[in-house]
Amino acid sequence: MSEPKPRVALFVTCLVDLYRPSVGFAAIRLLEQAGCLVEVPPTQTCCGQPAFNAGDRATARDLARGLVDAFAGYDHVVAPSGSCTGMIAHHLPTLFDDDPQYRAKAEDLAARTHELVSFLRDVMGVERVDARFDGTVTYHDSCAGLREMGIKAQPRALLGGVAGLTLTEMADPEICCGFGGTFCVKYPDISVRMVTDKCRDIAATGAGTVLAGDMGCLLNMAGRLRREGSPVQVRHVAEVLAGLTREVPPIGEAGSP
Amino acid sequence: MVQVTSPAFKQNAARALADTGLQKALGKAKGAFLQRRAEAVARLPEFEALRDIGRDIKNHTLANLDFYLETYAANVERAGGTVHWCSTADEARAAVLAICRRAGARTVTKGKSMISEEISINDHLETHGIEPVETDLGEYIIQLRREHPSHIIAPAFHLNREDWEADFRRMHTDLDPNRVFNERRDILAEARTKLRSRFLAADVGITGANFLIAETGSSVIVTNEGNGDLTQTLPRVHIALASIEKVVPTLEDATSLLRLLARSATGQDFSVYTTFSTGARRPTDLDGPEEYHVVLIDNGRSNMIGSEFQDMLRCIRCAACMNHCPVYGATGGHAYGWVYPGPMGSVLTPSLVGVDKAAHLPNASTFCGKCESVCPVKIPLPNLMRHWREREFERHLTPAAMRRGLGLWAWFAKRPQAYRLATRAAIGGLRLLGRGRGAFRSLPLAGGWTAGRDLPVPEGGTFMARYAQQQRKR
Repeated sequence: MSEPKPRVALFVTCLVDLYRPSVGFAAIRLLEQAGCLVEVPPTQTCCGQPAFNAGDRATARDLARGLVDAFAGYDHVVAPSGSCTGMIAHHLPTLFDDDPQYRAKAEDLAARTHELVSFLRDVMGVERVDARFDGTVTYHDSCAGLREMGIKAQPRALLGGVAGLTLTEMADPEICCGFGGTFCVKYPDISVRMVTDKCRDIAATGAGTVLAGDMGCLLNMAGRLRREGSPVQVRHVAEVLAGLTREVPPIGEAGSP
Repeated sequence: MVQVTSPAFKQNAARALADTGLQKALGKAKGAFLQRRAEAVARLPEFEALRDIGRDIKNHTLANLDFYLETYAANVERAGGTVHWCSTADEARAAVLAICRRAGARTVTKGKSMISEEISINDHLETHGIEPVETDLGEYIIQLRREHPSHIIAPAFHLNREDWEADFRRMHTDLDPNRVFNERRDILAEARTKLRSRFLAADVGITGANFLIAETGSSVIVTNEGNGDLTQTLPRVHIALASIEKVVPTLEDATSLLRLLARSATGQDFSVYTTFSTGARRPTDLDGPEEYHVVLIDNGRSNMIGSEFQDMLRCIRCAACMNHCPVYGATGGHAYGWVYPGPMGSVLTPSLVGVDKAAHLPNASTFCGKCESVCPVKIPLPNLMRHWREREFERHLTPAAMRRGLGLWAWFAKRPQAYRLATRAAIGGLRLLGRGRGAFRSLPLAGGWTAGRDLPVPEGGTFMARYAQQQRKR
C-alpha cells in the first residue's frame, strides 16, 4: 500500500491570478508531478498584505479570516510566492491576539503553508524536475522568501536539474529590487533607483533570463528592463521548472514565446 | 533645535538622488562597510549566539530600567561624580550650560555624540558665548560646513575627499596653498594640527557614552581616533551625555555588547580605543578631570517603555541597519530630516519628534528585512515600522488617495464572487488596452509606476476564470 497522496490547496495569490495565470498552472503541474492532489479553493482572494503593511489591521484581519476558512482541512497550502507565504506563515496569527479561536486556526494554517519551490524540495523531497530550458539564467532572491521563509538553496537546486539551463549568479542576488508593495508607487524615485541598480547587476551576468519566485519583484524588474530596452527576459521560476516557457511569452513581452 | 525636515522626505530624497557628489560618496562608503562587517562576522563563529545574548541583556535591562538607573546613579555619586536627571532636551541643555558656566568655560571640546545632536547642544553653547569644538574628524568637517551628521557613526558619510580639501582650503586661512590632500592621512594631519591647541585650551570636555555600567557607575566610549580620550581627560571638567537606555547592569554585559558593536559597525573586532570613565580624578590619580558629570537624558524614551516600540530601546547605535539599507543607500541620511537616519531612525524619529512630523519615514521602506537580519540586538525594525504605519492609519495620517484605493480593493477582496467579476473585467480591459503589446509605456493613474518603468500587460484572463473553464471541460 502506498501512502495516500497529500491534499494540497493552491493559494494562487492575487498577482498570479490577475497578471500571470501561467504561474498558477505551472504550480499545479509541479505539485501533481510531485505526487500531490491539488485543489484550488474557490473563495480565496488575497493574503491581505497590502492592508497589513498599510497599517490597516482591521481589513487585514477580515481577509485573514476568509483565508483561514478557505484553506481549512487541507494537508498543505502552497503558494508560488515567498511574500504571500511569509504573510500567512509569520504575520497572520499576530492579527488575532484578541481572538483565541481564530488565533489557533491561524497558527494551524501558518504551520501548513509553504512557498511552492521550497515545498517541492523540502517537504515533497523532489530531487529533479522534468524540464528543459536552453539558456543562461540568473536568480533574484526575493526578500520575504529569503528572509522570512529561508528560500535560497531550493530554487537553485531544482534549477540545477533543468536540462540545458546554466545558472550565473549576479553580484548581490539578495539585495531588494525596490518593489516593496505600495512602496514602488509611494516612493517611485527611490524604487526606480533600486530596480535600476538591480537591472545593472542582472545585465552584468550576461544571462538571457532573470528568474525569481515572486510576481511583485518580477513585474518591477520586467518593467524596468523593458523601459531600458534590455534584451533580458523575465520569468517566474515555476514556469521554467514546469517546462511551460514555450507556452507563454516572458513577462512584459508580447506575442508567442 | 535641529530642524525637523522629515515632512519633506520626498523632496529631500529627490534632491539626494539627483546629487551626483552625494551619490558618489554613498557608493564608495557603503561597499566598504558591508564587506568589513561580513568579514568580521565570518571570523567570529559565535556571532549569532552573541546576538541573542545582546538582545537578552538589553531586554532584561529595559524590563528593570528604573532599578538599573538608580543603581548606576548611586555608583556614579559614590565615585565622586554627579548625575543630572533631565526629562527633556531643554533641561539637558540647561544642565550642560550651568556646568560650563560654573567652570568659567570659554571653549568646550566634544567627542562624537548623537545625543548631543538630539539636544542641539552646540547651538545652545554658542548662543551663550561658549565655543564648542568638535574633535572627531568627521564631526570636525561637519562643524566647519555648519551641517549635521548624515550617518550615526560616520558623520561625513555624504562627503568626498574633494569636499574635505575644498573646506580646509576655504576655512583654514593659514593653509599653505601647496599642501596636497591625496589621502585620508593628509586630511587627518591637517585636522590634528588645528585640534591640538584646542584640546589643551578647553575648559570642559563633552562626550557621549556607548554604555553606562550600573554596577560601577562607569561610562564607556569607543573611538578610533583617540579624540574622545583627549576630550574627557585633558579639561578640568568632563560631561558625559547619555540617554537612559544606555545603561547595562555589569561590566561583563558591557563587554558582551562591545563584542557586537565594533563588528556590526565598522567590521573591526574591537575599536581602537575603548575607554571606561569612573568618577572624577582621585588624589592618587595621575590625570583625569576634576569634575565628572553625567547628564542623563530621557527626552521621550520613557514613553516607549511598555509600548510596542520598547524593542527600539535595545539599539546600540552601530549603524549596521543603515549601512545595509537600500533606501538609505539611495538617499543618504540627510533626506530623513532629523538626527537619526535609516531604519533605526525611521522607528526612533516618530517616537521622539511625533509621528505627524515623521509620517513618511516608516513608510519609506520596502520591508526587505535586511536591517533586522544584521541588527546586533535583533530589533524587529520592519515590524516596528509597520506599527507606526498602524498608528498613522488610526490617526488618518495615511494619504487619502491611498486609503480610498485600499478601501475599494478591500471591499472586493472580502467578497470573493464580486472580486472574481471585478478582477475579470479589469484584467480584460487592461488586456484589451494593451493588445499586441507586452508592456505599457504609460497608463492613466499609474504614473507612479510608469515614470521610470514600463507596466507589463497581463498575460490574459484571470487564473481563477481560466481554471474554472478548464475544470468544466474535464
